[in-house]
Amino acid sequence: MKHKTFLWFFLPSGMAMFLFIAMPIVSVLTQSVYAPHEQVIREVENCTLFGCSKATQIDQEATRALRDAEPMGRFVGPSIYTDRNHLAFAEIAGIWRNASGLGDFFGQVTNLPFYDALSFTLTYTALVTPLSLAFGLIIALAVNALPQLFRGPVIFVSLLPMIVTPLVGALILFWMIDARGVLGAALQALAGDPGLSIKASTPLMWTMLIVYGVWSSAPFAFVIYYAGLQTVPGDTLESAMIDGASRWERIRYVILPHLLPLTTFMALIKIMDNFRVFEPIVSFSAGAHAKSLSYFIYSDLGGETRLLSSAAATSVLTIAGIIVLISPVLVRTWHAFGRVRA
Amino acid sequence: MTISLKRLFQSALFSSSLLALSAGAASASCGDIAGRVSVVGNEFPAIHTVTKAAATCANDKVTVKANLTADHQKINLPGMQGNPAEYTSAIIATSSITPLLNGNVIRPLDDLVAKFGQDIPKRQLITVNGKVVAVAFMANAQHLVYRDDVLKKIGMEPPKTYEQLLEAAEKIRAAGIMKNPVGGAYATGYNLGLEFINIYMALGGELFKDGTPTASVKNGQGVAALELMKKLTGYMNPDFLTHDSNATAAEWEAGNVALMNFWGSRTGVLMDKQGSTPEVYENTKVGAPMTIGGGKIPATTLWWDGWTVARNIPDADAAATFVAMKTGTSPAILNDATMGQAVWMIEGYKPAPVNQGVMLTMESGAKPYPMLPYMGLLHAAIGENVARYLSGKADAQTTLADIEAAYTAAAKEKGFLK
Repeated sequence: MKHKTFLWFFLPSGMAMFLFIAMPIVSVLTQSVYAPHEQVIREVENCTLFGCSKATQIDQEATRALRDAEPMGRFVGPSIYTDRNHLAFAEIAGIWRNASGLGDFFGQVTNLPFYDALSFTLTYTALVTPLSLAFGLIIALAVNALPQLFRGPVIFVSLLPMIVTPLVGALILFWMIDARGVLGAALQALAGDPGLSIKASTPLMWTMLIVYGVWSSAPFAFVIYYAGLQTVPGDTLESAMIDGASRWERIRYVILPHLLPLTTFMALIKIMDNFRVFEPIVSFSAGAHAKSLSYFIYSDLGGETRLLSSAAATSVLTIAGIIVLISPVLVRTWHAFGRVRA
Repeated sequence: MTISLKRLFQSALFSSSLLALSAGAASASCGDIAGRVSVVGNEFPAIHTVTKAAATCANDKVTVKANLTADHQKINLPGMQGNPAEYTSAIIATSSITPLLNGNVIRPLDDLVAKFGQDIPKRQLITVNGKVVAVAFMANAQHLVYRDDVLKKIGMEPPKTYEQLLEAAEKIRAAGIMKNPVGGAYATGYNLGLEFINIYMALGGELFKDGTPTASVKNGQGVAALELMKKLTGYMNPDFLTHDSNATAAEWEAGNVALMNFWGSRTGVLMDKQGSTPEVYENTKVGAPMTIGGGKIPATTLWWDGWTVARNIPDADAAATFVAMKTGTSPAILNDATMGQAVWMIEGYKPAPVNQGVMLTMESGAKPYPMLPYMGLLHAAIGENVARYLSGKADAQTTLADIEAAYTAAAKEKGFLK
């Protein structure tokens, strides 16, 4: 393609990417290094239905003068990133000095809100990504082995978890795992403990969220793998069969290598998706037991007093986290691409 | 602040209840006004009554629109920051007025009161630093709600203190009447934060160091408040950290709970015939809020609901809004149907039995919820960290230190602390 043709071809998407991807990231970055002005507080007397009392108020005139002088807010550099509610450098240094052992150190670090959210987010991503791909592959192989007649209905049923809106799907599960719900009661009977409650236990809640994550995202892997399976060359499979390869060996040495590029692609998408896990935590009211980075941003923005700079800093850290996580996959793709070209 | 499921559900799936009220029969009481009235507020029956009455002022020259949604706190500030503001009035409560005051988006009402509101009783005028910023129309508080039949079975009077409540809970459980007889809105975040504040203040605790924005909860009262909460949750459904006000009401209506500290504005739902059996709703009674450890202050906070007028709107719109909202909260709105909807702070209000709890709370010497610019930040920090304590992830001292540290970081960011 000529460079000029390429330029015109690429220009609309380039513009859109600049407007909707680059600009918001720049805006979030800027927001994260600026904070609201110091508030001038003055003592006032407030009178309500219930009598008068001494209280404080923001002195609007004095604060306006500050705001007019610096309309962007107060430049705070990286201090939001390093404060106690984010990377907490000072706190971690303190914990390192005083911790009795490595276990105690990690226990205290995950007590800090950002690391608490990070530890769940990483666990979730690390487990849900491979598990949902594996389940997707198993379903795809199973469906592929079915007679043509049954494939349609089975595919439809397998796709249901993906069709249901995440919020609604998670809500349905939330009610089923209630101590008085179908699954919750069944679990109590199985464990022989009538006081057992998934919603009251952190490990069970984490398990539940991960199970939900696999349940809702396996169909995506299934669809892609199923499509991929239709392209497996028949001759190679046949010759493998003539060579006496068992079904497992055919999967291991023919099908899996053939599906590798698809796996890389899906791992990339799923890592990004899972790192942003949010809806199930809301639907399961799991905030007490599990917080993700996205949930952390949401609570900063949802409070009575919005913490915009804090939310922006966490967003930047989330973006950084995603880049770190997907870089091995990207590097791998880059090498593969290079090999094909060469 | 926790995310109420219902709230998120409503905003995600259904659009908020937007009622555009077109020009109707002009009401004589509204006088000569012309302009745009656009109200944003929470969604419950009493507020519907107010906005409906305000809409009677609509005519050829006045448009009245109301957007009532549980998400009102998320949209009222942005909706009033523009110029002209989208909303000319926000219906707010004790805590939700502070973001509007902090953002300087509501106007002092003194001149409008002088011109149009001479007949508004003075006690309804909420003043900050001598300037009227809002007009209150109802009061609200959490107080005791109990099941009369269950207490009779164990032979106890309605508890006056949390110690008696724990004793009653133990007896109910021992008698095999209910497994988890205590209820309460203990959902992580806002609800849980408020329960801690209620109990902490009843124990005589001060949330801030004498008048400064420095938080101080790491003290004996803080530990005692946490310990009492842990004892109470021992008698609650183990899922208590997911129970917001709606879920708590559902637990009550299902007949699983016999004692709780709950919102006066929601007791009507518990006592009506919908969603429950006669055994439950006929025996649902309200009482004064409970005290702790022989103290005099009950473990609850007083709240008012009122309306404001936006700053960034033309004076004509402000006048129209003031008059329409005044009409919406005038004695004329009180009738048999609306009387029980709230503890109206309006002339001519006669308390219904369902509202007795809030009336008793107001007489009991309860403190109002603090109206401070940085209160929301501390409330949020408490709500998050108390959940960690109750789920056994942190001990009391760590929890209280974490509350102070989380608040301090947030308050520094917002410029309240250096």
